[in-house]
Amino acid sequence: MILVIAEQREGKLNRATWEAIVAAQQLAGGDALRIGVLGASAGAATQELAAAGVGEVLDVTDAALEPYTPDGYVLALAQVIGSTKPEVVALAHTYQARDFAPMLAARLNLPLITDVTGISGTGRQATFTRPMFQGKLAAEVKPAGGGPCLVTFQIGAFRADALKKGASPSPVTSTAVTIDRAAIRQTPDAPFQEARQAVDLGQAARIVAVGRGIKSQEHLPVAEKLARAMDAELAASRPICDSGWLPMERQIGSSGQTVAPKLYVALGISGAIQHLVGMKGSRTIVAINKDADAPIFEVADYGIVGDLFEIVPALVAELEK
Amino acid sequence: MKIAVCIKQVPTREWQPRLRDDKTWIREQDASFEMNEPDAYALEESLRLREKHGGEVVVCAAGPSRVQQVLREALARGADRALHVEDEALGSADAFVTAAALAAAMADEKFDLVLTGLQSDDQGHGQTGVVLAERLGIPHSTIIMEIQIEGSSLRVKRELEGGWFQWIAMPLPALLTIQSGINQLRYATLKGIMAAKKKEIRKVALPPGLQPSQQIVALALPVRSKQTQMITGSPSEAAKELVRRLREEARAL
Repeated sequence: MILVIAEQREGKLNRATWEAIVAAQQLAGGDALRIGVLGASAGAATQELAAAGVGEVLDVTDAALEPYTPDGYVLALAQVIGSTKPEVVALAHTYQARDFAPMLAARLNLPLITDVTGISGTGRQATFTRPMFQGKLAAEVKPAGGGPCLVTFQIGAFRADALKKGASPSPVTSTAVTIDRAAIRQTPDAPFQEARQAVDLGQAARIVAVGRGIKSQEHLPVAEKLARAMDAELAASRPICDSGWLPMERQIGSSGQTVAPKLYVALGISGAIQHLVGMKGSRTIVAINKDADAPIFEVADYGIVGDLFEIVPALVAELEK
Repeated sequence: MKIAVCIKQVPTREWQPRLRDDKTWIREQDASFEMNEPDAYALEESLRLREKHGGEVVVCAAGPSRVQQVLREALARGADRALHVEDEALGSADAFVTAAALAAAMADEKFDLVLTGLQSDDQGHGQTGVVLAERLGIPHSTIIMEIQIEGSSLRVKRELEGGWFQWIAMPLPALLTIQSGINQLRYATLKGIMAAKKKEIRKVALPPGLQPSQQIVALALPVRSKQTQMITGSPSEAAKELVRRLREEARAL
């Protein structure tokens, strides 16, 4: 049995959970799934999952599970895994999973394979594909030993629309856990957003994005000119915003905005996975990079290998003809 | 305030992957190495905390002898001393083995705060810091963008997805994994490099019997999900051709 741990906040299901369920369906090879939902009370997320009819929903409720803390989740999930004995525990590779899954794996001494993009085989016999070396290499990985393992699936690697829905809703089973509140060491405040984002890159039809290849802040006008000539918004990969060359609100990627414009032009962006998850849904992707092996070319429709400082001005000249 | 910062040495960004004959690891002899970038931010943060609160910064690494290079660099940037769990087998170790090796060397030091980068640029499990916290029996929080310390209490700003953040309080000692961009990095000065030569790097043997939690069966270049059309020629030829295709084929302009 594959146990999927859903992710919800205030009853709203994280859509990456559907991708984890699709991956789990592939991994289960037709066998049953169970889906655990943690929170203070059974909410809309539980109902939404049950309605899809993809497997028994375990409603793991305890007041100590709201708000989320890694300590609370690990205490609860150790009990759920102990009582349900899954072969594999499947999660989406979200920031929340990254926060608690390694602790859960360490506490139970179970292997944890993270950021998985592909599965071959089923159940505990499966091998998993995951990126290594910033996506320059793909690794086939097997969990050691014969016991259960935990797997997190990269966001965007499995398509939520490939979900095989059941003919009828799945049952919801209330699953009791005992959590000693004194054992929860983190005290979180409510999540907040920094100053309202002035630019909504999600609405842009075209985006020109710059990465480390731009080399210094003084070179930004090179990209700005292209953005103007294409009627595009200017955006950047994380390192550019980290350096303060462009404001954080123009950052594309897992920690910034997710976009899917008509045209995405990546200038000097190598294509670390944290960036790719934010833009690979774009309709047409152009990559200009000096390194022919840069992972950005794996998602690009059109690629030019070369010096962006020569190619971009030529592009501007061509567009202005 | 006694702060540990864990760093890893990884192949440089410019490194072109070449595999060992058995295709389960890279040819390390072809690679040049540098400090894992997220760990450099953790190091910088530890130095800033020491400047504010006083105390000591101990830089810790588990890896082969080559790792000394990044330990020296961290000492040159201002760390006070180093701990090195040295074993050639640690070069390709998984997160469980690395965390167990670090935990064994760090347990007696009774650090108040342990910082790591959020993940490594080589294997990228994103697990070592959190597993280390569990092995040391201390609370943790991940992907941290700001640290506030008052007495024995810690408040940290954790990054969530899509531009959201959250403040979290927890007692010390604790472990934090640091997000890149939390600060602006400093580089070693000549004075720092000279001073680093006299600083201690204490070597610790790898505890016996550590079992990997996972095995790399094969490494390969990734399979392309799209058929990329590569456009060649001089810059002006390539530019002309790209604009033509974006207008006529992709209808994106």
